[in-house]
Amino acid sequence: MKHLTKAILLVSALAVTACTNPDRFDNAGAGGGAAGAGAIVPGSASDPASAAYFQQTVGDRVLFAVDQSSLSGEGIDVLTKQAAWLMENPLYTAIIEGHADEQGTREYNLALGARRASAVQNFLIERGVAPNRLKTVSYGKERPLEVCSDETCYAKNRRAVTVLAAGGATS
Amino acid sequence: MRLLKSLTIALALTGLVTTASAQTGPLRIEITEGVIEPLPFAAPDFQAEDSAASEFATNIARVVASDLAGTGLFREIPASAFISNVTNFASPIQYADWKAINAQALITGAVSTGANGKLNVKFRVFDVFSGAPLGEGLQFGGSTASWRRMAHKVADVVYSRITGESGYFDSRVVFVSESGPKNARRKRLAIMDYDGANVQYLTDSNDLVLAPRFSPTGDRVLYTSYESGFPRIYVLDVASVGRRVLDDQVGTMTFAPRFSPNGNTVVFSLESGGNTDLYRMDINGANRQRLTSSPSIETAPSFSPDSSQIVFESDRSGTQQLYVMPAGGGEAKRISFGPGRYGTPVWSPRGDLVAFTKQNAGRFHIGVMRTDGSEERLLTASFLDEGPTWSPNGRVIMFMRESQGANGAPALYSVDITGRNLRRVSTPGAASDPAWSPLQK
Repeated sequence: MKHLTKAILLVSALAVTACTNPDRFDNAGAGGGAAGAGAIVPGSASDPASAAYFQQTVGDRVLFAVDQSSLSGEGIDVLTKQAAWLMENPLYTAIIEGHADEQGTREYNLALGARRASAVQNFLIERGVAPNRLKTVSYGKERPLEVCSDETCYAKNRRAVTVLAAGGATS
Repeated sequence: MRLLKSLTIALALTGLVTTASAQTGPLRIEITEGVIEPLPFAAPDFQAEDSAASEFATNIARVVASDLAGTGLFREIPASAFISNVTNFASPIQYADWKAINAQALITGAVSTGANGKLNVKFRVFDVFSGAPLGEGLQFGGSTASWRRMAHKVADVVYSRITGESGYFDSRVVFVSESGPKNARRKRLAIMDYDGANVQYLTDSNDLVLAPRFSPTGDRVLYTSYESGFPRIYVLDVASVGRRVLDDQVGTMTFAPRFSPNGNTVVFSLESGGNTDLYRMDINGANRQRLTSSPSIETAPSFSPDSSQIVFESDRSGTQQLYVMPAGGGEAKRISFGPGRYGTPVWSPRGDLVAFTKQNAGRFHIGVMRTDGSEERLLTASFLDEGPTWSPNGRVIMFMRESQGANGAPALYSVDITGRNLRRVSTPGAASDPAWSPLQK
């Protein structure tokens, strides 16, 4: 919840930035660029610099096989796009949340979630994202996305989610 | 947040005037043999020696009977079957009347109240078939507010006299109380008597909390909280509910703490850069020492009662297995070799067994093995059984059982180490991660 609040605040701040720097997205042409089909609403998913765009279009999560923390080909594709986006949008920092499904003990799943978050963090750093923009946290099996007790849900719960946050990078 | 009031009880244990020399009769249960036929006993309402004591006289006898019957080792004979009744604590026992209803043990008691909310409980245990008292009569003094504790202490003495083992009824359980849907569970620390009475909350549910563990004296609790946004170990004082972070290193995650047997040291897991290893440090935060250095996951450490060794889980072999190493670190010896995965090992307070969670073929089990890994026995099986904790006498294990599916929720269960007497422990709502206290002083 805290992260979501921060993300919304950041989006608001960026919206202001977008107004005062009309050239930033090269959309300050006809009529101020806010009207008409295909217009970019700052902060919405149509704004390529928004957290919503990152979440919906770039893709904010990667999934893992049972008891694994290695990145899949699909995961590498998503993270490659995440890295590029983060490089283009340097005002954002991110917390990478690692998660596990419920098939496992609590402590082990915490450690497993940390491995997954770390795998994502390492990949993004290798692709050029400054290490001080990325933090990791593990929720183990504490925060399932899907609540059924079979593989259709488990597959979605074994995830690492890159959650954008406000604030400058820490040293 | 409801704060836990400091519980001050002075329970004095004094011998009554000796009425018969203590003797060891034939009345005895060997717990290790797995009792199939529980021992029948009678516990008539205690005698009220003044009018204010009558409520306590009844309630204390009920709690004593409930404690004993709850072990699965004893069976209460209902009052409706009684031939004679006890009308005076000092009167001679009509053994023939109790023998006729097959009451092998008889517990009698008397309760009186005094000034300033004082309560006095005296009791005797009789071996009916030997026609003699089993040990001396005893009395406890305390406050009326602590009447349940006094009942548990009576039951502990009875249990101890008949089994030859120390009891476990005057003890508490700290656990995680859960509410809300499975994908947005709210958790808070709670504490209660071992039988589910007197629940009190130690934290609010604003931050996720996990796996509380008692100090050896029961006055402090180690647990993991997301209060900072990241998992960190905290130490909480039970009486004041004041808390402090144990080790606050940015960029790391700390969890799975346990006290050493003397309460001065904490062993725990620290994750850094995706790798989880074991560390130990003084409870005041000094002398942090790394115990393992391996790219695998090392977690869930637990000291042996003599402090010399630590049992823990590691996936260094490729799957979760149990290992024992010297308490200062060093070479670890694997002790689990059966099919499946083993986690959350806990050393028994008697030192003889390790309890664990086992996953195999899609099922979870609570089990025990000797500390060298031999004589593995599985005590339970379900969709998800996890996180054993030992009764103070090492004869009973409490754990969490979670049901399957979208509406699945955890509850607390107990089982004895022979695998008998599986029981659900009463809690106000969903509950997980129990930790049993030592016997209270």
